[in-house]
Amino acid sequence: MKGSEVIIESLKAAGVDVVFGLPGGMVIPLYDAIYDSDLKHFLVRHEQGAAHMADGYARATGKTGVCIATSGPGATNLVTGIANAYMDSTPMVAITGQARTDLIGTDAFQEADITGITEPIVKHSYLIKSAKDIPRVFKEAFYIASTGRPGPVLIDIPSDIQLADIEYKPAGRIDLPGYKPTVKGHKKQIKSAARAVAAAERPVLYAGGGIIAAGAEKELLALAKLMKIPVTTTLMGLGCFPEDNDLSLGMLGMHGTGYANYAVTHSDLLIGVGARFDDRVTGKLATFAKNARKIHIDMDPAEISKNVPIDIPIVGDARDVLAGILAELKTMKRDPKKTAPWLDQVIAWKKKHPLHYKDLKGSIMPQYVIEEINRITRSDAIICTDVGQHQMWSALFYTHTKPRHFISSGGLGTMGFGFPASIGAKVGRPRQTVIDVAGDGSFQMNIQELATAVCYDIPVIVCILNNGFLGMVRQWQELFWNKRYSETVISCQPDFAGVADAYGALGITITDKKDVGEAIRTAIKARKPAVLDFHVKQEENVFPMVPAGQSIDEMIGGHKT
Amino acid sequence: MKHTLSVLVENKPGVLARIAGLFSRRGFNIDSLAVGVTEDPNVSRMTITLDQQEHPIEQVTKQLHKLINVIKITDLDPERTVSRELALMKVSTDPKSRGEVMQIAEIFRANILDVGKKSLTVEITGTTAKIEAFEQLLRPHGLLEIVRTGRIAIERGEK
Repeated sequence: MKGSEVIIESLKAAGVDVVFGLPGGMVIPLYDAIYDSDLKHFLVRHEQGAAHMADGYARATGKTGVCIATSGPGATNLVTGIANAYMDSTPMVAITGQARTDLIGTDAFQEADITGITEPIVKHSYLIKSAKDIPRVFKEAFYIASTGRPGPVLIDIPSDIQLADIEYKPAGRIDLPGYKPTVKGHKKQIKSAARAVAAAERPVLYAGGGIIAAGAEKELLALAKLMKIPVTTTLMGLGCFPEDNDLSLGMLGMHGTGYANYAVTHSDLLIGVGARFDDRVTGKLATFAKNARKIHIDMDPAEISKNVPIDIPIVGDARDVLAGILAELKTMKRDPKKTAPWLDQVIAWKKKHPLHYKDLKGSIMPQYVIEEINRITRSDAIICTDVGQHQMWSALFYTHTKPRHFISSGGLGTMGFGFPASIGAKVGRPRQTVIDVAGDGSFQMNIQELATAVCYDIPVIVCILNNGFLGMVRQWQELFWNKRYSETVISCQPDFAGVADAYGALGITITDKKDVGEAIRTAIKARKPAVLDFHVKQEENVFPMVPAGQSIDEMIGGHKT
Repeated sequence: MKHTLSVLVENKPGVLARIAGLFSRRGFNIDSLAVGVTEDPNVSRMTITLDQQEHPIEQVTKQLHKLINVIKITDLDPERTVSRELALMKVSTDPKSRGEVMQIAEIFRANILDVGKKSLTVEITGTTAKIEAFEQLLRPHGLLEIVRTGRIAIERGEK
């Protein structure tokens, strides 16, 4: 069997049926094997698209996403996508071609040291130097990518390895002496966490993407309900706790809700689960939940006490640990009414500092577009985003109720992520309505994937909140840089609906508020890729906002006027 | 305070690059690094010394542990550890000063490896402190070149 055929067998053994990629010289043997295989391959128009599609596919399904690129420029085009998956802990396997083994190190045509280039942004990587290693490397790669704290794994395969003739032997047992993720939480720590929860008067659960990765949303809800604890989520955690529940505080942090930030600041116990106390969440570290004892449950021991000192650290799988805490609490004397005054306070904050915006006559407000998407899809669509204002409005004005329904570039903040990610999500969850909320700036960063969506008839709906600016940077320039809009004005725009039409997608331009809902409904009914270009109010800001480095209870625009 | 980490890693290509890369991108400074094979040919041992004041040792070891090829990390307790370093020093000498340099070498139990017209090359083994003391004494004679291995360390046996 050829090395390339062994790759296909190894992918099948890992349960892969979908891959995203683009061929090139050093992966011709692999693509020749794909030609005869049952793998569903989606040909992209730029390798970055393939990486983001694999990422979106993985986030929507929980499976490991796979992307393929050739050596050199193909591989380097994956880099942003790999970094994005690394920062947001997405399980992904990236396969790259490489120059022949005898040419490595000679600056051969399309040679790039991709294992070296990606070393800081992968969970692990391999350069295969012998074809007989292929089954083992693939088995290990999928195991590493999908277990523990998930992340991307890169496999670099020289072309002669793909051509080598070997006997296919399925991989044996995995032997990784240096990789043994801790799943079960420490019993004693779980007990002390349960005691702390039972004793708390002003507890807050602070839940992140780790809840979704672990599938721990049921346990989270059960704990919140049992002990009447309000829950705030990070951007990555949106959907892990239903926002239509009274205990939900929505998102916290720089653009979090006022009530979430006040609750965290005044809490006496903060229970962080699968979240990493990121600077966009904590603001000024010295004042972050400064009177609270802190419990931190995380798969990755390196995250515990990295930014904020933790009183009760628990390394383990969020579902396992939360189930352990619940079981402990059920054996203990507890008084769920203990938090009643605290919940009254939270309700008072919610009343005093609701999310709000001024609905200006004659303008389409970007927040209104999100509210309409929410209403029409009954909060049931998968929402993908890039990074910036449209991302924050999608986080704040959509009611997130289900895990794996909000797919956004959190850690890396990648413009151009949302659209290819939405294609990947739709491939993985074809029955789900998938909407990519984009900015007019970010959509143009991977606009070429319209061809992919049209070619494979992947009916995702792109909703551009078109304000003619690189909006979030403009907002910072307005608030902190004396309105000097240096290079954030992007008035020179294509006609997005016309572009969509040229690609064979549905394109609609919306300039009147009354047409917003109709356009969304038309796109959903059309069952083909669609681009809705909403001309929204130009200089609108995302509020509330905590200026960088300030305490999170010092918000701009937190009060309704 | 200086910390000595004894790190067992899989003996595979690219492992040193992964560790060096981790230290540089997390902003940890390595004081010294020594790598060699162990009693098991599949496993190498890295002895890394770094300054605890600059970097919380806990964060360093946790990040190291995340590398798949890292098998085990021991933060060696200086009380329970013997450590050695080896240095080669080329000292400028003339017929008059040669004798004195040789005397110093003898006191430190250093070996003379090479005698040239204008220089002596000595080999010294010992703790970092001993090597530094030796270096101080030779410096006035003119140190032409120094090569040091970095510290290697091993835990004492059960008493």
